Amino acid sequence: MTHTVLVTGVSRHIGARVASVLAAAPDISRVIGVDTVPPPSLTRDGGISLGRTEFVRVDLRSPDIAQVIAAADIHTVVHMSLVSAPSKSAGRAVMKEHNVIGTMQLLGACQRSATVRRVVVRSTSAVYGSSPRDPAVFTEDLEPHDGPTHGYAKDAAEVEGYVRGFARRRPDVTVSMLRFANFMGPGVDSPLTRYFTQPVLPTVFGFDPRLQFVHEDDAVEVLRRMATEDHPGTFNVAGAGVLLLSQCARRAGRASLPLFSPAFKALGNAARRLGLVEYSPEQVRLLCHGRAVDTSALEATLGWKPKYTTGAAFDDFLRSRGLHPFGGGRT
Amino acid sequence: MSVAEQEGRVIPISAAPSYSEEPDRLARMLAFLRRRIEGDYEVDEFGYDPELTDKVVLELIRPLYAEWFRVETVELKNVPDEGGALVVANHSGTLPLDALMLQLALHDEAGRPLRLLGADLVYQLPVLSHLARKTGHTLACREDADRLMRKGELVGVFPEGYKGVGKPFSERYKLQRFGRGGFVASAIRAGVPIVPTAIVGAEEIYPKIGDLKSLARLLGLPYLPITPFFPLLGPLGLVPLPSKWMIEFGEPIRTDEYDPSAADDPMVVFNLTDHVREVIQQMLNELRLRRGHAFPPFL
Repeated sequence: MTHTVLVTGVSRHIGARVASVLAAAPDISRVIGVDTVPPPSLTRDGGISLGRTEFVRVDLRSPDIAQVIAAADIHTVVHMSLVSAPSKSAGRAVMKEHNVIGTMQLLGACQRSATVRRVVVRSTSAVYGSSPRDPAVFTEDLEPHDGPTHGYAKDAAEVEGYVRGFARRRPDVTVSMLRFANFMGPGVDSPLTRYFTQPVLPTVFGFDPRLQFVHEDDAVEVLRRMATEDHPGTFNVAGAGVLLLSQCARRAGRASLPLFSPAFKALGNAARRLGLVEYSPEQVRLLCHGRAVDTSALEATLGWKPKYTTGAAFDDFLRSRGLHPFGGGRT
Repeated sequence: MSVAEQEGRVIPISAAPSYSEEPDRLARMLAFLRRRIEGDYEVDEFGYDPELTDKVVLELIRPLYAEWFRVETVELKNVPDEGGALVVANHSGTLPLDALMLQLALHDEAGRPLRLLGADLVYQLPVLSHLARKTGHTLACREDADRLMRKGELVGVFPEGYKGVGKPFSERYKLQRFGRGGFVASAIRAGVPIVPTAIVGAEEIYPKIGDLKSLARLLGLPYLPITPFFPLLGPLGLVPLPSKWMIEFGEPIRTDEYDPSAADDPMVVFNLTDHVREVIQQMLNELRLRRGHAFPPFL
């Protein structure tokens, strides 16, 4: 039995890697990659080879995706097209449409399809928010006190709501939802990785949040397994252990600049207006209270553990960017 | 051997008593600094940094423990050497120094890190919130309590909360109400023993004789105390009075005889909570008599 797999968000790093891994899998006959923008060219922008993946340029917000799904007898859908930061040209409204309306269109098309048997959705551990009133370690069934109210995390929470609705309406389809910690690794380019490469790291005075990372190799492996095996449910995905922000800064050999939180917010807003950084109130809360998730459900279901711990994933990222602690580094 | 010969004798420097220790200590110190500067240390998922706690935070309060309060521990053998357990203690002193002293007593004398469950106010405040996490403590909530006990940690609670730590001096050594008994339910779920603990001495460090209620409300604090020296003497009034302390650990109360589902039975939980409370009150009364006067050298 061979399958056709649809992967959304293939023009970005992890999406492209997942598509190319799936294209190489023996029991997958066809991989169709879709995205709103074409993939970066291999030679010029350091893009990832998509292998046998066929690329179709589709604006997820339009109903065109339904035609792609109907035309190709799709068996598995891997939905990776969640944008974590507004682009400089488009802004927040477009980002929200892309994330939420895009998911609704995709799920609508899946619901009509008679061939779709498995849906894998990339979500984020940001749906738990960051709060001083919530437990230190989140399990999948936990209802946070202060859920996300802004930006990416709110989009992800809404997307999860639609995915749960879809799972109720189509109980015959296996739905796996993956709440990833922040991606980390040589190829990852996210607001957080850009933050750590700044010469000075602004931090919130008096707070030292716990951060968790998942290495890109592990993220790709989890997505591959979820796309080729049936594991219904919601799972946290993160490398073992946590790093404190102060620890990250020391390992990166970066000076931190503690600012009182009003000053931090003002600086963040100013830098956003100048187009220097992506910044949202969610990030301030993460940089105050941090977040850690429990991954035992994933490990029990897959019988597998992420290869990289949070610390190892961060060290691999530092190596790739040539960052060292003060005074040389470990041997 | 004449005196002159003795003086002329060459003593190898490595034979000097201080020689072998000094480079070691220096090397250890440098290695410690290197690890701290390079971020090469581990914290657990709650943010507990054992090295920082032992080498810096507890080191700073050790003189207070040994010299100022002259803390004496009683029946330390009642604290299990390993595995999960729940230490339940009385809370007093206006500022929660009793939490620090209890942690230090268990860390240094029983060799066990104490993981306290604290009020959410602590985790909203800058500085305090991350110091609390780095020294091993977390928010008092069911999930964190269950998780720590399942991992076999020694968890500590002060069930009286603010009612205990902020009570007036006239109420000293009278246990306040014990919340909703959530700590007992957690112990039953995890099947870990409850170690009733009495702390005598903390009541006298800042005798609270008044409360600036409206100012406290304005600042979002549970209370703002007036003591004989604060705010009268300003920052000097924050020096705790050097009372004599004793900490007694009682016979562990087993919870593994209950079915874990008993944690959802309010009658079982209330009865066990009352029992723990009575045991601690009894211990407090006896230990207070045994200690005698709070300020022995002066009176």
